[in-house]
Amino acid sequence: MDNNTNGKLLEVKGLKLHFPYTSGSLWAKKRGFIYAVDGIDFYIKKGETLGLVGESGCGKSSTLRAVAQLHKPTAGSVLLKGQELTTASSKALMEARKDMQIVFQDPYASLNPRMTTRDIISESMKIFTKAGILSLSKTEMDERVEQLMERVGLSRFFKNRYPHEFSGGQRQRIGIARALALKPELMLCDEPVSALDVSIQSQILNLFKDLQEEFELTYMFIAHDLAVIQYISNRIAVMYLGVICELSNSAELYEKPLHPYTQALLSAAPIPDPVVERKRQRIILSGDVPSPDQQRPGCYFYDRCSKRMDKCKNHFPKLKDAGGGHLVACFLYHEPD
Amino acid sequence: MTNDVILQVKDLKVYFKLDEGLLKAVDGVSFELKKGEVLGIVGESGSGKSVTNLALMKLIPTPPGKIAGGEVFFDNKDILSMNPAEIMDLRGNKISMIFQDPMTSLNPFLRISTQMVETIVLHQKLDKKAAKEKAIEMLKLAGIPAPEKRIDQYPHQFSGGMRQRVMIAMALSCEPEILIADEPTTALDVTIQAQILELIKELSARLGTAVILITHSLGVVAGMCDAICVMYAGRIVEKGSAEEIFADPKHPYTQGLIKSVPRLDKTSSQRLYSIPGQPPNVIKMPDCCPFFPRCEKVMDICKTKYPPVTDLGQNRNVACWLYGEGK
Repeated sequence: MDNNTNGKLLEVKGLKLHFPYTSGSLWAKKRGFIYAVDGIDFYIKKGETLGLVGESGCGKSSTLRAVAQLHKPTAGSVLLKGQELTTASSKALMEARKDMQIVFQDPYASLNPRMTTRDIISESMKIFTKAGILSLSKTEMDERVEQLMERVGLSRFFKNRYPHEFSGGQRQRIGIARALALKPELMLCDEPVSALDVSIQSQILNLFKDLQEEFELTYMFIAHDLAVIQYISNRIAVMYLGVICELSNSAELYEKPLHPYTQALLSAAPIPDPVVERKRQRIILSGDVPSPDQQRPGCYFYDRCSKRMDKCKNHFPKLKDAGGGHLVACFLYHEPD
Repeated sequence: MTNDVILQVKDLKVYFKLDEGLLKAVDGVSFELKKGEVLGIVGESGSGKSVTNLALMKLIPTPPGKIAGGEVFFDNKDILSMNPAEIMDLRGNKISMIFQDPMTSLNPFLRISTQMVETIVLHQKLDKKAAKEKAIEMLKLAGIPAPEKRIDQYPHQFSGGMRQRVMIAMALSCEPEILIADEPTTALDVTIQAQILELIKELSARLGTAVILITHSLGVVAGMCDAICVMYAGRIVEKGSAEEIFADPKHPYTQGLIKSVPRLDKTSSQRLYSIPGQPPNVIKMPDCCPFFPRCEKVMDICKTKYPPVTDLGQNRNVACWLYGEGK
């Protein structure tokens, strides 16, 4: 790795992703934007897991897609191993994608029902061989498919089966094997366990941890379940309406959440223990998450915050260090510029 | 049947005839619901928790489904042998339901007022004007701001959490004795989930409604329920009060389930426990313990015979050969 990246495998600076929308039917008139991701900065060091957590519509998946260049970011830069991706040529981007693979949420929708397991897992190897980036023979690919299947906990004898012959958990294993096929360094995991049952979820989480150790993988891991994120991540970024409102290492975040939104989110998450549950004081947030179709001058959480102050209304809090690398975007901890 | 038991389910069986064979979705489920109690039914997908509750209201699509046996006593009457008119009088009136996805359970073509007034007029014998007032009052109780205006809107004008509030208002508008909530918060975000659970808890306590809460989330049952039934492959494997089940789970499946959920309040870098294997295919299930291929404490007898239900006292039941006379 280059020396100038400081061990940062991925670095994202000022990332924005705005989706234009039109209103009206045939002759669309008003145009506006959905501010899905609205200026975020973070980095991921090699071998660590960064968790992204937040409610639906907060921009977690959009961030992931913008990092993978599946949506061209509106602004900002994405550096993978020091290489800028937003301006990269399509050939350079393809080579970069070899190091950056995605595991999707829905194991039913993300596997082509007409392809066998072998075809699904080997497809990327075929494409990269054809493009001249890899040079694998058919037997090498077959061997690799079998190795991968055994590694993720599937029998090699299932390689000619179709996705519908597998259960949800097994399908997610296929999805993971597919992502591993190109030996990536960075895995972008978009809610990979939320569609799974409790007993299967822990199997897959453990598989992710084992693979990380074995192949020195780096994860960007999205989930809406706070307990899952805490279990898997070294550092966690909490997102709200397209911005990061708190970023810290996971133990610190759970012990000492600073942002009022993080506090509410943690207190709303149920804990599977009736004794603990009965003693807990909940912060119940009022209202829903506002629509991300307008930019606000002040703090995005202003409308729902229980600790709001006058200055929050018209000043936007930046993400700043509140001590010990614990970043928070809230005027309770620093003054407006 | 003692006085405070309002619903008694005895040996309920629901089978589906499929091309692949006979699917025993629910195979001998028994439980009781007390007045004002919140009963949680926990299980993974395919364990039969939703089918059990559809059967309570005789909502099993027939064919392919069939209620193959059992009795459900409500008000000293067996629901399963009621005629359609009697059932109509029960549904939405004495027993009502909230479903997982509020968008698909509300009719997108009708205003909220139309949908709510319909139920109230049918069951409470009120005229339309009084019914609408009642509906507005219920929406207000369910925490919908400006209910007089909102009631004339369509479902798509509400957010997910708001729609679920409408569903709750609708379900409780006839002051039912039992509310069946089938995964009411699964489609919602954490902060909205907390709001909705709080609302169900508060309203059911205020109106004295007993609640059957179906969920796969152990966190939700821990916070909400008095008693819990754990289902696996169409049967209840363990029953008891919430505190006892979480503090001292008896069935190896319950033990595994509780250990395999990551917990927010316990930071540990330790590996998560996981139950090996896959949930069983319930088609053509032999009459053995369905959990034995995944069980750590499996014995020879588990592979040949289904364990009887052992009463451990204090309303604790478990169906496992580790306990009782099979030991």
